[in-house]
Amino acid sequence: MSGVEGEAKLAVKGSMQKLTYRDACRLALQEAMHRDERVFLMGEDVGRYGGTYAVSKGLLAEFGEERIRDTPLSELAFTGTGIGAALGGLRPIVEIMTVNFSLLALDQIVNMAALLRHMSGGQCSVPLVIRMATGAGRQLAAQHSHSLEGWYAHIPGIKVLAPATIEDARGMLWPALLDPDPVVIFEHALLYNMDGELSADFAGVDIRHARIRRHGGDITLVTYGGSLWKTLEAANLLAKQGIECEVIDLRVLRPLDDATLLESVQRTHRLLVIDEGWRTGSLAAEIAARIGEQAFFDLDAPIARVCSEEVPMPYAKHLEDAALPQPGKIVAAVQTMLNKGGR
Amino acid sequence: MTINLDAAQRPLLLKLLRDMVRIRRLEERCAQLYGETKIRGFLHLYIGEEAVASGAVSALGPDDAIVATYREHGHALVRGVGANEIMAEMFGKLAGCSRGRGGSMHLFDISRRFYGGNAIVGGGLPLAAGLALADKMQGRNRVTACFFGEGAMAEGAFHEAMNLAALWHLPVLFCCENNLYAMGTALARSESQVDLTVKAASYAVNVRSVDGMDVTAVHSETLRALARIRAGHGPCFIEYKTYRFRAHSMFDPELYREKAEVEAWQQRGPIHSFSARLKAANLLTEAEFVQLDAEAQAEVDAAVAFAEAADWESPEACFADVCTPVETGVTS
Repeated sequence: MSGVEGEAKLAVKGSMQKLTYRDACRLALQEAMHRDERVFLMGEDVGRYGGTYAVSKGLLAEFGEERIRDTPLSELAFTGTGIGAALGGLRPIVEIMTVNFSLLALDQIVNMAALLRHMSGGQCSVPLVIRMATGAGRQLAAQHSHSLEGWYAHIPGIKVLAPATIEDARGMLWPALLDPDPVVIFEHALLYNMDGELSADFAGVDIRHARIRRHGGDITLVTYGGSLWKTLEAANLLAKQGIECEVIDLRVLRPLDDATLLESVQRTHRLLVIDEGWRTGSLAAEIAARIGEQAFFDLDAPIARVCSEEVPMPYAKHLEDAALPQPGKIVAAVQTMLNKGGR
Repeated sequence: MTINLDAAQRPLLLKLLRDMVRIRRLEERCAQLYGETKIRGFLHLYIGEEAVASGAVSALGPDDAIVATYREHGHALVRGVGANEIMAEMFGKLAGCSRGRGGSMHLFDISRRFYGGNAIVGGGLPLAAGLALADKMQGRNRVTACFFGEGAMAEGAFHEAMNLAALWHLPVLFCCENNLYAMGTALARSESQVDLTVKAASYAVNVRSVDGMDVTAVHSETLRALARIRAGHGPCFIEYKTYRFRAHSMFDPELYREKAEVEAWQQRGPIHSFSARLKAANLLTEAEFVQLDAEAQAEVDAAVAFAEAADWESPEACFADVCTPVETGVTS
């Protein structure tokens, strides 16, 4: 692609780099800005404030106001401006504070970005990346805590990513920018403080495949985003009971990687889907339907789901915890399935 | 930049007239074809408003961009999108300017920087701001002209986009086609402030109001605004006061306005008033007008024949073409 200035100059010492998910998101932005002069970041308080979640802290000083653009509180306009700028030859990254606020921009995302290419007879593509925080767990109550990834995954014409690991937070942005079509990236707000390590020779990730995060032969647990870590915790608890779970991180919510899911379910013969979205009309429902359609006769038990309770997210800690998927609920669901499955 | 009715300006003046007649004849045929069920969906006719598209679009340079609404047949035609491709699009044919996927409301021609054909009222304004931002950030001295009706000025997108464009000094020409009715809702029934230039001026942009039935006034005012934007003074807003002679769409029984009001505006019709002025200035004869009209009719006849003969896109090709067909992503 044109406009590539050269490899990013990242401060990586030794073979492993210690960092947080937030750092990984920031490194990805830095790298993209260095590699392609057409890339710029635009959103509310991304500049002087340093980003609501401090992801873009320091980037204004490094790249200047032209490329780190503070916007008015106008989600609809700055998202649409990102679409126009993408049509005009730039590679905008639009940051929306939370998925709840993205509803103010939904017209531009759904009626414009997702449709323009097809509706125009394929005359133009919209190489736009939209990043936003999603999810609950920080007692931010009903208007800052929902998981609406499944809504976006419903829309043809956009791609939807959910980085759950440090590696994906670091690696997904660049291929998203290389993609000629709109890509929406959901960063789970609970993960920003998560510590981890990244190999110094980290070579990037794909944005096409689901990934098996834990191998096991008794049941397949499919999840994404913030729920990955709860699911892995549940899998560890179950392992102590002699139950080996395979944990799949979807990573890409649209288009879904059916092949990886099918291959796993055909080995384990059981599927539990863990989704922080509400159950009704959820991504979990879509996955259950696909496996039901394509692997019904491989199943030894009905497909089950652990989703958020169908309630606006409450503020109080114990209520919020109770409304969300938790390791205990996942463990209980697996135990029920294995008992019913006649194992 | 006033356009005088003198012999030196005659080529431009005849072009302005010709484009209005081309739009009129194209759309009259569209209405007829709708009755014959060759054209379906929504069909929003521009008849009566032709002076705006003819005068404003012809003021733009080839590198400038246009973002239009669902009442955009005229803008597309003046921009240079072929009548053949427009008519084939209305028929839903593969040879249409959007492969038959968009229809009347979604005419596109990116090669001419014609970015639709947008049917969400106000939705085009943020897009125009973005196209202008791309030009500004990449050092290109181009303007994006964004057309919208006065109804869009009640949408949040108008306020957000005006604010952003003014704040960032983006080269956008906001072109408000005020035809007095947002579908069937009269201006005074939808706006607390009916002087639209007052609303627009609150965003600290240069504003003007012009008689949208007068094609030379439209052209002159548009040229003035474009010069101002190109000189780096940020966005401009022009209200073109105009009137729609036909119904909002083909399903509109027009319960919301009096026939006398329509007839009064028709007296000021942009084509006959301008051709009369040209004749009075000895710049046009009746024979020349008849000839020009016959050419417009012939263009439409050819377009209909082209559309009739054109192929349909296969469902397989259409459905397989949602995302850009290239191999992407870095494998780990």
